[in-house]
Formats: sequence, structure tokens, C-alpha cells
Amino acid sequence: MLGLGILKGFMETGRNFCGSYYDPERLTTVQYPEERLEPQANARTIPFLIYDGSDPIGGLRCTACTICEQECPAHCIEIVKDTAKKPDYLGKMQLHPKVFDIDTAVCMECGICAEVCPFDSIKMDQVFERAGSHRRLTLHKDDLSKSNEYYNKIHPAEAAAVDAARAEEQKKAQARKAAAAVPATP
Amino acid sequence: MQTLEQIKDRIAAALPGARLAVIANASPAGQPSLLLDHEHALEAARFLRDAPELRFDYASNATGVDWPERTVKERVKVKKMIDGVEKETEELAERKIPGCLEAVYHLYSMELGHGPLIIRLRTGNRTDRVTLPSLTPVWRSCEFQEREIFDLFGIVFEGHPDLRRILMWDGFEDHPMRKDYAPAASGEAKA
Amino acid sequence: MNAPPPPLAPTGRSQTAGDLLEVSMGPHHPSTHGVFRMNVVLDGETVVKLTPVFGYLHRNHEKIAEKNSYLGSIPYTDRLDYICSMTNNWAYVLSVEKLAGIAVPERAEYIRVIVGEMTRLFNHACLAGFLLQDMGALGTPLMYAFREREKILDLFEALSGSRMMCNYMRFGGCRCDLPEGWPEKAARIGAGFESFLDEFEALLTGNEILRARSEGVGVLPRELAVNAGVTGPGLRASGVNYDIRKVDKYGIYDRFKFRVPLGERGDVFDRYMVRILEMRESLMILNQALHDLPDGAIIDPKVRLRNLRPKAGEAYGRIESPKGELGFYLISDGGPIPYRYRVRPPSLINLTVLEDMCMGHTIADVVIILGSIDIVLGEVDR
Repeated sequence: MLGLGILKGFMETGRNFCGSYYDPERLTTVQYPEERLEPQANARTIPFLIYDGSDPIGGLRCTACTICEQECPAHCIEIVKDTAKKPDYLGKMQLHPKVFDIDTAVCMECGICAEVCPFDSIKMDQVFERAGSHRRLTLHKDDLSKSNEYYNKIHPAEAAAVDAARAEEQKKAQARKAAAAVPATP
Repeated sequence: MQTLEQIKDRIAAALPGARLAVIANASPAGQPSLLLDHEHALEAARFLRDAPELRFDYASNATGVDWPERTVKERVKVKKMIDGVEKETEELAERKIPGCLEAVYHLYSMELGHGPLIIRLRTGNRTDRVTLPSLTPVWRSCEFQEREIFDLFGIVFEGHPDLRRILMWDGFEDHPMRKDYAPAASGEAKA
Repeated sequence: MNAPPPPLAPTGRSQTAGDLLEVSMGPHHPSTHGVFRMNVVLDGETVVKLTPVFGYLHRNHEKIAEKNSYLGSIPYTDRLDYICSMTNNWAYVLSVEKLAGIAVPERAEYIRVIVGEMTRLFNHACLAGFLLQDMGALGTPLMYAFREREKILDLFEALSGSRMMCNYMRFGGCRCDLPEGWPEKAARIGAGFESFLDEFEALLTGNEILRARSEGVGVLPRELAVNAGVTGPGLRASGVNYDIRKVDKYGIYDRFKFRVPLGERGDVFDRYMVRILEMRESLMILNQALHDLPDGAIIDPKVRLRNLRPKAGEAYGRIESPKGELGFYLISDGGPIPYRYRVRPPSLINLTVLEDMCMGHTIADVVIILGSIDIVLGEVDR
């Protein structure tokens, strides 16, 4: 019968309309910014740098190895190495970045920098409300530096694994040092 | 599917005088290709499409490759007269491989479900002898792809129904996918 | 961007002689699904000539990839067909795996199938929504489709960290393992999608307006479809049984039971219907894959993601993406960056026959014929 298909369609629309009052599956809209969704544990936006301890610049894990700079597909990272060396968590002397800039106008938030970093120093942030009245799109070392506690807060499972691995390495390094310090007895 | 050698022999039998060559592929993918000459390319393509046990009715992918002139250093054994005695020594010799542009076609058969058969065409050089026969009269799927090759690599396809730039604008002059392409200083593309 | 705009009639002006009217449709026309332009020559309301104009979104993806490492190109492939990033990743990593001879662990293969079929689900649902929007059903079907897509995108975000630009697959496997509870959530959403499809079909398939607008419009004959290299649902709607999942059996597709829906006439309605039926088959594959999902490694531990240097040679790998055959042709010269990197874009090649399909129809039909081809300009222009 002509018009039956249209009638059926109207019934479907009516079902969805009424259903949206009680069925959360049918009304998935969230009234942002009054309401917010919980961010997913894996969600990523721009990268940030992790520091240990209380000094956001001195405690940076970054050793200016420039692997992320080379691997970044958009080439948005710029690193200048500092000449002075500082010991890292294992007691090894490492370089540090004098300049660490990320051009967020170019960054496409792919996460490859975090993936290739061998020092667990660069990770992906979850900040998405980055609009501001300024025009500064290049983030410097001090803008990027965030604490390990923050990392633990946004990516709990991943951060716990990283912390455990680092603690393990640190223990091994200390054991090695202790073994080297004790003179071998025949 | 028949092996590439068999297909080559069949084309050679069907088109006497066609110069064909199998180009090996060292990668684990194992997709060797068949180099056709300009004069017989269109006929060979028709043959590949229509021969009942080949039936490559579907040209999936057509693309260009730029091979600039390069020099290869290799060790060559040379006979030399040293102190009146002929001796064989090894010397480093430089060999020039002339540059060319290449069009690569990946053919499949929808009817028989086999493929890919890869055919290649090569231009004489990269500057003034850049004409190749168009395969669009055989496979329409090459129409936009050959236009793209013309646009980005600068291969001129003879017999193409509508050879214009496709991705770059009409006033653009260079061919951006060539290896020696340098973005113009005032242009929009900067490295 | 100082590029001069392409001239209005690139083939000359003579075509508008007499009472013909030349209309430049796009690049900002809402029905062109992006920045796509058609020069349409009209006799009254009937199309007598149609010339597609490309390149508004051209960024030379291939050149960028020829300056990046093999790993660095994966996020760029997300941006080709920006609706289906997972299948783009898949086609690229499949080609690299062919080029370098890398094996993929079983679990990773299953996950690829799962996310690939989910991508097909929401791509087809959205396409049906867009097509209906082009026919004048403003909003409703599209919003229903988007609601379902949203649920799958949430799953993708939980898995890969990003909703649309997933950057998830790696040569030799996938980047990270499924989070806790993910397969169960996926199964639940799959079941919900089934009932959504029933509703969607009740809403649309029997609708008289949809039928009147789409039946007999934009017919693509079988021979032309094959010769013009049309792939994907558009080809199967013309009755050609060619699905790369069945032909190549790439990945582990030979393990799943599914059928390939075929159309008869090759008109817009068939293209719509083939997609609806394909969604049902995708759901079947999805359920089988979720049921059989094995434990194990997610990526081959021997594979070098950074600094991959495949042996000199070439490889062409292709998959059945939701739009058609998506292929990547790679040539390696032994170095860390590909010597040649080529995308075989299904959207662009499916447009080859746009003029043939539109000829003799009205300008309003052009909109739905284009909609039924299913193009994404990120892939057409690259």
C-alpha cells in the first residue's frame, strides 16, 4: 500500500522520540560543559614531559636523545641539548634538554613520540580545552613539564607499569654498584 | 594463474616482435613484473584483457615511479699490463644508470580471480622523451590515475582522452612527485 | 594558500553553446561530502555533461610519506579516509608486512578483523544516513546512524586513545592490547547494532520516497563497472561477485563464514541495499571473531618499528576497505624511508564513472548518485 513505508518510518521515529525519555541508549547527548564524560584511560591529546621529584625543570626525565625529534611524523619537536651532564635515576651521567619545544599547531597527537621514547619521559596528555586568548602555539619546556603524579592520575595502569619497571631497574643498578664497591674476596 | 614467464611467452607468441623483459623483485612479496615496449604495449594490454585464460579485466592500480640518473659503484675485474706482465686486478668502476620515468600497472582478473600481474612501461629519459602509450582505451580505471601520473610525474600519455592536471592547478608547472622537485620559494609548499 | 583557483571550465567554453547552462557545483556544496567540485552542463534540468574537478584537499600525502620513516607514515594514513582510519592503517601495515616479510601474531589478526569490521559497520551506516540526507530526509536517519557510530568510536578511543585518528596498527601486529572488558563491551554494542539495523531498515527500506528517488537512478552496468575499476559495494551492487576478503583472504578472513551480498540492477537503491546487507554480514564476522579471539602476543617481538629497513624491492598490498579496494604500493631501496609510496584510493577511482551514471538524469539525482558512490575527499585528493 502506498504510504505504508512512510507510516512505518514515523512509528520508528516516534519510538525513538519517546524512548529517549527513559532509555539512555537512545539519548546519548551530553550537555557539555555542564556535564562531562569521564576521559578514557587511553585517551591522548598533546604530549607532555614527565619530571620526578619537586623540580619541574631539574627533575625532567628527558635526556635530549632526540629520538622523538627524529621520529615525529610532523617534525614538530625541536630539541637543543644542554652541554652539562647530570646523573639520572640510575646514576648514569646524561645530557638534558636546553630547549624542548613542541609546535602544537603542527602536532597531530599521534603518540609516536611517547611510543619511541626509551626513557619514559614523554607521554600523552589528556587536556583538550586548550583554547585561549593568546596566540602562542609553541609550547616550551616549562609548559610541557608535568609531574609523575599527574601521569599516574591520567593513565593509572600504564604509569604503574612504567614506575614498576623503573624501580626494578634502579634496584638492579644499585645492586651492581654495591657489588662493584665491595672488594672481591678470594 | 600462469607464471610470469608463461604469460611473457604467450604475449611473445601473440605479438611477434614485442620486446618483453621480466623484472625480478627481491622482496619477500615476490611480485615480479613485466616490462613492455612502447610499440606493443597497447596491443599487449588488449591481449592480457581478452585472452580467455588470462582475462585481466581489472586494472587496479596505475602509478608512476621516478628513477633519476644514478651512478653505481661496483668492483670490476680489469686486466692490466704491470711491468710487462698482464695481471688481473680489481678496480672500483662507476657505472651510470640513465634516468627514466616508469608507469606501473597492477592487473587483476575479476572473472577468474587471479592476480596481480604487474606491467611496467619506461620512458626514454626524464626530460624530452617522456611519452608513453595510454592504457585508458583498454581499462577505463586508468583514466584518472594516468592523469595523476601526468600531473605528478610528467609522463605524457598518448591516446589518453582527457590528459589534464588533476590534483595540482592548471597553471602549475613542475611535477611534485619527482625526486628532484624543489618547492618554489614563493609557492605554498615548503619543505 | 595563494594558489589561483582552477578556471571554471577547464576544457574550454564551447560546451555552453545554445540553451545549455553550466553550473559549478561545489566545492562548498553541502551534498559533495567535502571540497569536491563538478562542472555540470545542464539542458533544462537534465545533465548532458559532467566534469569532476579535484585537488582542493591535495596535500601530497605520497611525497610526505616518501620523506618519513615507515613508522611515521601510519598516522598520516589515518587522515586519508578520515572516517575509516582503522582500515587505512590495516592496508598500509599489510603492505609493509609484505614488503619486509613480517608475520603477524594470531591475536593481532583477530583484533584487526574486529576493528576493521566495526569500521565497515559505521561507515556504511553513516553513508546510508548521508545518502538519505541528500534525498531530503534531513537529520533523522543520519543522527540515528551517528548515535551508533558514536558508541563504536568510544570503543576505539578506549582501545587506541583517539576516536577517529586511531594510529593503532603496527607492522607485525597492533600497538596495544585490548583494555579490560573491551571484548564484552564490543559484543554488547554489536548486539545493539543488530537491533539498530532492524529499526533503520523499518525506517527506510520500505519508504516510498526512498524507492521513488533511488530505483532506476544512476545505473552502473556490470561491464563498465569492471572496466572502470569500480570496487567495493558499488561494484557488488552491479552484480559482480568480487570481495577482496574472499578473493585474497588476507589476514585470517578464510576462517569466517560470511556471504557477499550482490545487487541486480546496479542503481542507487541496490548500492544502498548492498551496504545494509553487508552490515549484517559484518556483524556475523564480528561475532565470530569476538567468540574465537585467542590469547597471546599482540605484536611480533622481533619486529623493528623504528628504523625498519626492508630489503630493496617492491610490494603491493590491498584490502577491502569500506569504500572499495584500498591498496598501498611500496618500493624500498633498502633505506629507512620508502623510495616510492603510493596509495590506490578507491574513492578517486570509483568517481571515474560518475559522468556515465549521471548522464540523462536531473541535477537532483546527481546529488544522490554521488552520495551512493561514497567518497571521502581526504582520500580522493590525498
